[in-house]
Amino acid sequence: MSTRLATGGRLLNKARAVAFNFNKTAMKGFEGDTLALALLANDQMLIGRSFKYHRPRGLVASGAEEPNGLVNMGQGGKFEPNQRVTTTELFDGLTAESQNHWPSLEFDVGAVNAKLSRFMPAGFYYKMFIHPRPLWKHVYEPIIRAAAGLGKAPKDLDADTYEHFYAFCDVLVIGAGVAGLQAAKSAASSGAKVLLLEQNAHLGGRAPVDGGQINDQSADEFITTITAELAAMENVTIRTRTMGSGVYDHGYVLGYERLTDHAPDLAGPRHRLWRIRAGHIVTATGAIERPLSFAGNDIPGVMLAGAVRDYAVNYGVSIGDRTVVVTNNDDAYRTAITLKHAGLDVPVILDARVLATDSALVAQAKALGIRVLMGHAISSVQGGKRVTGVSVCSQAGEGSVLEEITCDVVAMSGGWSPVVHLWSHCGGKLTWDDAQAHFRPDPSRAPTGDKGQAFVTCAGSANGEMGLAEIMADADAAGKAAATAMGFKPKTQQAPSAVTVAEAAMMPVWLMPQGAGYKLRSKTWLDYQNDVKVSDVQLAAQEGFESVEHAKRYTTLGMATDQGKLSNINGLAILSDALNQPIPQTGTTTFRPPYTPISMGSVGGEARGHVFQPVRRTPMYDWHDENGADWEPVGQWRRPYAYVRDGETVHDAVMRETKNTREALGILDASTLGKLIVKGADAGKFLDMLYTNMMSTLKVGKCRYGLMCNENGFLSDDGVVARIDDDTFLCHTTTGGAETIHGHMEEWLQTEWWDWDVYVANVTEQYAQVAVVGPNARTALERLGGMDVSAESLGFMEWADGTLGGFDVRVYRISFSGELSYEIAVPASQGQAFWDALMAVGADLGAMPYGTECLHILRAEKGFIMIGDETDGTVIPQDLGLGWAISKKKEDYLGKRAQEREHMASSERWKLVGLETVDGSTLPDGAYAVGEGTNANGQRNMIGRVTSSYHSPNLNKGIAMGLVLHGPDRMGEVITFPGTDGKNYEAKIVSPIFYDPEGEKPNV
Amino acid sequence: MSNLVTALNGASDANGIATITEVPLQGMITLRGDLSKAAIKTAATTAAGVDMPGQSQANMNGASGITWMSTDELLILCPYGDVAANLATMTKALAKTHALAVDVSDARASFTVSGPNARDVMAKLVPVDLAKGSFEPGMFRRTRMAQVAAAFWMTDADTFQIVCFRSVADYVFEVLKIAAQPGSEVDFL
Repeated sequence: MSTRLATGGRLLNKARAVAFNFNKTAMKGFEGDTLALALLANDQMLIGRSFKYHRPRGLVASGAEEPNGLVNMGQGGKFEPNQRVTTTELFDGLTAESQNHWPSLEFDVGAVNAKLSRFMPAGFYYKMFIHPRPLWKHVYEPIIRAAAGLGKAPKDLDADTYEHFYAFCDVLVIGAGVAGLQAAKSAASSGAKVLLLEQNAHLGGRAPVDGGQINDQSADEFITTITAELAAMENVTIRTRTMGSGVYDHGYVLGYERLTDHAPDLAGPRHRLWRIRAGHIVTATGAIERPLSFAGNDIPGVMLAGAVRDYAVNYGVSIGDRTVVVTNNDDAYRTAITLKHAGLDVPVILDARVLATDSALVAQAKALGIRVLMGHAISSVQGGKRVTGVSVCSQAGEGSVLEEITCDVVAMSGGWSPVVHLWSHCGGKLTWDDAQAHFRPDPSRAPTGDKGQAFVTCAGSANGEMGLAEIMADADAAGKAAATAMGFKPKTQQAPSAVTVAEAAMMPVWLMPQGAGYKLRSKTWLDYQNDVKVSDVQLAAQEGFESVEHAKRYTTLGMATDQGKLSNINGLAILSDALNQPIPQTGTTTFRPPYTPISMGSVGGEARGHVFQPVRRTPMYDWHDENGADWEPVGQWRRPYAYVRDGETVHDAVMRETKNTREALGILDASTLGKLIVKGADAGKFLDMLYTNMMSTLKVGKCRYGLMCNENGFLSDDGVVARIDDDTFLCHTTTGGAETIHGHMEEWLQTEWWDWDVYVANVTEQYAQVAVVGPNARTALERLGGMDVSAESLGFMEWADGTLGGFDVRVYRISFSGELSYEIAVPASQGQAFWDALMAVGADLGAMPYGTECLHILRAEKGFIMIGDETDGTVIPQDLGLGWAISKKKEDYLGKRAQEREHMASSERWKLVGLETVDGSTLPDGAYAVGEGTNANGQRNMIGRVTSSYHSPNLNKGIAMGLVLHGPDRMGEVITFPGTDGKNYEAKIVSPIFYDPEGEKPNV
Repeated sequence: MSNLVTALNGASDANGIATITEVPLQGMITLRGDLSKAAIKTAATTAAGVDMPGQSQANMNGASGITWMSTDELLILCPYGDVAANLATMTKALAKTHALAVDVSDARASFTVSGPNARDVMAKLVPVDLAKGSFEPGMFRRTRMAQVAAAFWMTDADTFQIVCFRSVADYVFEVLKIAAQPGSEVDFL
């Protein structure tokens, strides 16, 4: 059983016990433990079930590469699935539950899949469930989804907060093992600003576990010394619990800081996403040990040799009493030696190699009395939920069992792979190192920045250096190179001295034993998390998935949340073997950020809840809200759709507002409409190009409705232009168009007409604008008093500056409703006060605020088009009967040439008409009209569609506008609109102007 | 006029690691023109009573000042009540120069973020190097704050002044409060 040793545990504070809860069982650990350790110390070896076959799974690794140790953490608003126990620090009151099992971890029904595994090879789902087609969606997928999967999705809103942080530095060092610490120090000696990130809570990495002397100090002492030196440097910042998550273009790096995961009661955000701009990046991310591929290598108790050593040294935990070490390299001997020193039994070291002479580590192990079997391997591991023993065979053979050895732990080592993820994220290339059998960074093909310069340097074992002396020298050089690249001069200090223990060469072993038959291979796991076996990868190759990227997707190798940290090299070695080609030719799959999963909360940062998106508010927003506004989003603005009174439905409110505005007085908050000042000697010429109609002839004091098209001729915006003085125009845009039309103007001014004297300013928000509409509009304004708003002084389509009720105003006499109407602009800071004044004088005139739906109905009654309803990016003004607003006199305007194209000038284009149902009902918005015959696809031919449709309370019937083939020539014809409700709607083609066709109402 | 209200009516929050305050209406005039022309410089410096700022700089003197918005745009700051008079003077002085001077005082909301952790709070929302030495009083940035446009400068070692559009004042105030939540000091800048 796994248990806590009497000695060891350099990262623990044994004086402080911590209580936690796993699968509803109370357990205890120590401060400094990760959850993994605390579980092992409590002999909880079985941690979860595998994804596909529901095999029992225990821990394999001790760090971020752990594939099996995933649990559901926390409860309620703090619940989060797939939390990795090896990187989860223990805290008082932690609760965790195992995942992917039913009904219980110990007894799992899904494990029957394992018995059927012979019938569920790679591609099984693709092949099995493709026929009959409809069954996939309704039968197969729901069952498979219920049975598979890892953690549960959270049900409650996340109770924590998250934030981003923008940081800038000259040199960013990722990873604070001895290499990272040294690189940071060497870079910082130049005066460069250095930021050092470490994903764990402690500094120093694996060196203290592996042993060795640096600068004649033990690794622990060296770490203490250099940490103190770095802390004393003002230009160095060290952040622990902060993972370098991804490297992006131009030295942009995401750092993932976990602030309260280890202490949930702390105030402040849970995670902080560092958005770093680094001049140069040093990745000192270390190396990850590879598993060996032998049958039963997924049984709980089979672990990486380095992890077994970590657990013993760092946390004083023994995985079991009897550990069989199986290896293809010298490093695993350190585990055997460590365990022996801890008083534990190592019955045998199975070394796949046959060494001519004993290396130092082999000799040391033998001297401790450990039996070493050279050229031997594991044929299979015995056990179910826990290792009980191994069958020994020759590595060179096919697995004939020579001996059975009882044990409860298997410590395996297939060699070490540098963590090249961050190097690779932004295009750094790899080279195959034959001696170490791993991919390492190729410094001649680094990620490059804006000037083609390398902006990432790898240091230490991340760079493929595996000896301590080489690691320290490499790290020192990397730090200095990074500082030099940023224009700093590092001090010419010597690299720290260290001695590398000479090791015998490792031997690549991709399958154990090398001649393992199908039976063994189908129990030999490559990817623990996604249940991919050696036989699956071989099948993929056999079925033609030869590209490593295809084989990955066919087998799901490396696609789980651990992203193949353990399985990558082993898998592609098997693939290469199956394809009979060298590993470098197969290559690796692409490394993509993040290095390990980061929380969705940290990605969102502050953007959640009420600040998920900015909501733009007019100066009268609060008043609207207090007066029953039913809000409608219009771009980022919120506008009242209607003001709903007690006892009314929204529809009732819209009907009331629409009648009242025609009969008495409607008040609209029109502040959101865009207002652009266009000024300069060439302003008139500029607007003549932007609008389809002539603006340069507009007289000062007058207004003109204008249409704007893009260069393809399509209608993009409309609005009223007012001429303020000889050089100055004020252009109104649609609510959604203010920013885009401003940008459109600037683009033409900056790229094409840069020599024209025109400046543009967006003054949309400078003004609160209020539309005062209806027969009582003038009376209301006269009551406010201060300027002459009579028909004689301020005619239709004119504007004037003045005062009303003591407010400085600009009054535009324009109408989007077909009623007597004024739009009054006041400085935004006085908008609410003006609104209040207007409501007060209008009280007995029937003044009522109206919302956007009423606005829509009023304009539809008049046949006025709405950008976004009658237009959809494919409609030109000519389609809408707006030929009167297209100047024939102008030589050019944006869109003119496009509108002359054959297709645009065709008489077959659908044109705007009014539509009136024969029974007075309201047409479904967006419905299509059908004509005779069918098209090539056998569908009924379409001859038109509804663009706007409303019930008009003023006309007491449904009214609509639509685009219809030959529409204006077919007045009086009845056409059919099939509805999605199965009904056919019959509508008569009529003029789009339903109300006051003579246009007398606004002109009084 | 007593009718004048700022977007948030002077809202303030001091519960977090920095104090956030909506400041009273500030006079602001956008001036666009060729910044190398003497007439433009004179119009700007006369209205604000300070020298022309360099690129990405702000020359401030109390409620008055000039900030550099782009290669052909300045933002002139002055007391709110002086805007009309300043605009009239500028318009007259620039009668023969291609330029655009326009009152944008009401289009904006302004906030201060103050206290020893003000840099931390700002650096959570704006993609700008706000380390001591990299950003100091006298400098100016026109940038993005979370999801909206904003511009800011420092009025002293511990205080930022922010200008944003009036319609998003509530959003800016709320994201600043979140960025200043208790316990969120960063200790990096």
